[in-house]
Amino acid sequence: MLPNSSPLWGGWEGPLNIKKMAYDKFTKLTSPAVPLPIENVDTDQIIPARFLKAVERKGFGDNLFRDWRYDKSNQPIADFPLNQAKYSGKILVGGKNFGSGSSREHAAWAIYDYGFRCVVSSFFADIFQGNALNNGILPVVVSPEFLEKIFAAIEAANNAQFEVDLENQKFTICATGESTGFSINPYKKHCLANGLDDIDYLVSIKEEIKKFEASPNPLH
Amino acid sequence: MKTLFDKIWDSHVVKQVEGGPSVLYIDRHFIHEVTSPVAFLGLEKRGLKVLRPAQTIATPDHNVPTINQNLSIKDELSRNQVEMLKKNCVNHGIVYHGLGTEGHGVVHIIGPEMGITQPGMTIVCGDSHTSTHGAFGAIAFGIGTSEVEMVFASQCIMQPKPKKMRITINGTLSKGVTAKDIALYIISKISTSGGTGHFIEYAGSAITSLTMEGRMTLCNLSIESGARGGMIAPDDTTINYVKGRQFAPKGADWDKAVAYWKTLKTDEGAVFDTELVFDAADIEPMITYGTNPGMGIGVSKSIPTSQSLTGTDKLTYEKALKYMGYNEGEQMIGKSIDYVFVGSCTNGRIEDFRAFADFVKGKKKADNVTAWIVPGSQAVEKQIRAEGLVEILEAAGFELRQPGCSACLAMNDDKIPEGKYSVSTSNRNFEGRQGPGARTLLASPLTAAAAAVTGKITDPREFL
Ligand code: SF4
Repeated sequence: MLPNSSPLWGGWEGPLNIKKMAYDKFTKLTSPAVPLPIENVDTDQIIPARFLKAVERKGFGDNLFRDWRYDKSNQPIADFPLNQAKYSGKILVGGKNFGSGSSREHAAWAIYDYGFRCVVSSFFADIFQGNALNNGILPVVVSPEFLEKIFAAIEAANNAQFEVDLENQKFTICATGESTGFSINPYKKHCLANGLDDIDYLVSIKEEIKKFEASPNPLH
Repeated sequence: MKTLFDKIWDSHVVKQVEGGPSVLYIDRHFIHEVTSPVAFLGLEKRGLKVLRPAQTIATPDHNVPTINQNLSIKDELSRNQVEMLKKNCVNHGIVYHGLGTEGHGVVHIIGPEMGITQPGMTIVCGDSHTSTHGAFGAIAFGIGTSEVEMVFASQCIMQPKPKKMRITINGTLSKGVTAKDIALYIISKISTSGGTGHFIEYAGSAITSLTMEGRMTLCNLSIESGARGGMIAPDDTTINYVKGRQFAPKGADWDKAVAYWKTLKTDEGAVFDTELVFDAADIEPMITYGTNPGMGIGVSKSIPTSQSLTGTDKLTYEKALKYMGYNEGEQMIGKSIDYVFVGSCTNGRIEDFRAFADFVKGKKKADNVTAWIVPGSQAVEKQIRAEGLVEILEAAGFELRQPGCSACLAMNDDKIPEGKYSVSTSNRNFEGRQGPGARTLLASPLTAAAAAVTGKITDPREFL
């Protein structure tokens, strides 16, 4: 737990009464990674619309990348990385512009439910990035060159380990020791490190919100 | 000196979290059956009620049938989702525009129609095409379900302020070129990630000469460039559109509102993070050939080659063409198609059906084409009937369906079969978007009409 005065979360004076764990805390992760060297992976691929009929947040991992993972007769498609036993781990590495398209948070739920805690790409679509952070998944943006190095490391040794260090904002290819920094909003970092979401905070400032509503504004 | 975006954003910041996002106040929250149930569940788990039900507007659209809406929904999961929305609305005191009622339709169509969408507002919805409402000079963007829950609980969300981009289109559009073509043209130039991190303001004579409906089509597609949203400064076109609508301000409130709306424009000299300028004369009717909205070309052009691409770029490009069953260098014109879908929040408003009907008038639907003509709302359907467009459509072999998202995302039964080609006026041509294995070609209602009557990809200008 970060102390109240930690410089990591700037001057954010959020309440300390937040206790709810919406997802597991994220601190440090060492894991092999699953490569998905495709660009513009959109959320319709991550979770096709026909699986959005649920009214609860349950079981989306089974349908993660459904139409890339299974053929029409529900047989696994052998060369899709998620179906290849040689790839495993809690880190998913995608090509640039990962998570584009629909705002469906089901995409983040499916990724989390499948077991991924970190997604790496050279570029994320905005809404997906926000949804990931709101669900305990760390999106790590690396340079296109570093992304190629990660793909190469996985190809060189399928079980190659990677270390994601949230506190120090560092992503390391363990085999070579090469590492890169990544950025994250300090507030979001605090939430992720502590398994918190924004709602408790917003509810706690309700009086300020009401004051805002009562203030002179041409719209209210 | 502020941009239009700054003016609206700044006036809605309740609080700035230091080193973090802004707490942004939300004026209007649209909800639908697919992205709201988990948010309601979360809210109830916390023992909370929706804070401002009067600012929340609900309608089931994503998952509803577009025929026989008077009957109970056949698909059990869909029916359950729709019933859940209704139940949640009753529990929380939210107005619910159910199937078959006067106010029913695709969220982004009914908001403007009823005058709920107004300049200067902040508007969110758990749907990325919320950007549509930006046409009125509002900050409107799509959010995830966690954020839907935030808005329920506090009427606020936490957002970092995006960067600002201005896209100026000067000049006059040529005949047969519509707002849809402008949007597909822009995305083909800047790619589906070109707008990421930004909020776009559209400006220039080609933009200000668009009708409100055209502006909605353009702003709707902002998200397809990766941007959070797009907006256009309110002007007389905007004010005249809003005037007199059900929820528009009335009397003295109207005068006050108009006076305020007139201040909503980017100050001279205000700075954007990114500025792009295009010439309207360079834009022709567009069509997509690949599996993202950035893979679009003028309908008379050939599919680009992958020569200049390497690595994952090349793999991605080849994967897309393989999925589409197309080859590099092929002409688009003359390619056979199987389906035509006219509808969605992109092109499901009255002007779209007028354009389509006007084009097919006195012609016949090609025999190899199945067409789904889906109005965006009850009000649009009513207008189509009132204007006698149904008769024109029927005489040409087209049947009008009932409002909903339909084949835009194919959650209901309106699925394009595997391997079939559909010229669609919707917004996404992703793999499987319109049904597993479906191949989507995005285009304007005019280009869709030309394809519908010829059975193949055709330049609509040939007929104009
Ligand atoms: S018509 Fe399509 S894009 Fe628009 S709200 Fe419905 S599903 Fe979303």
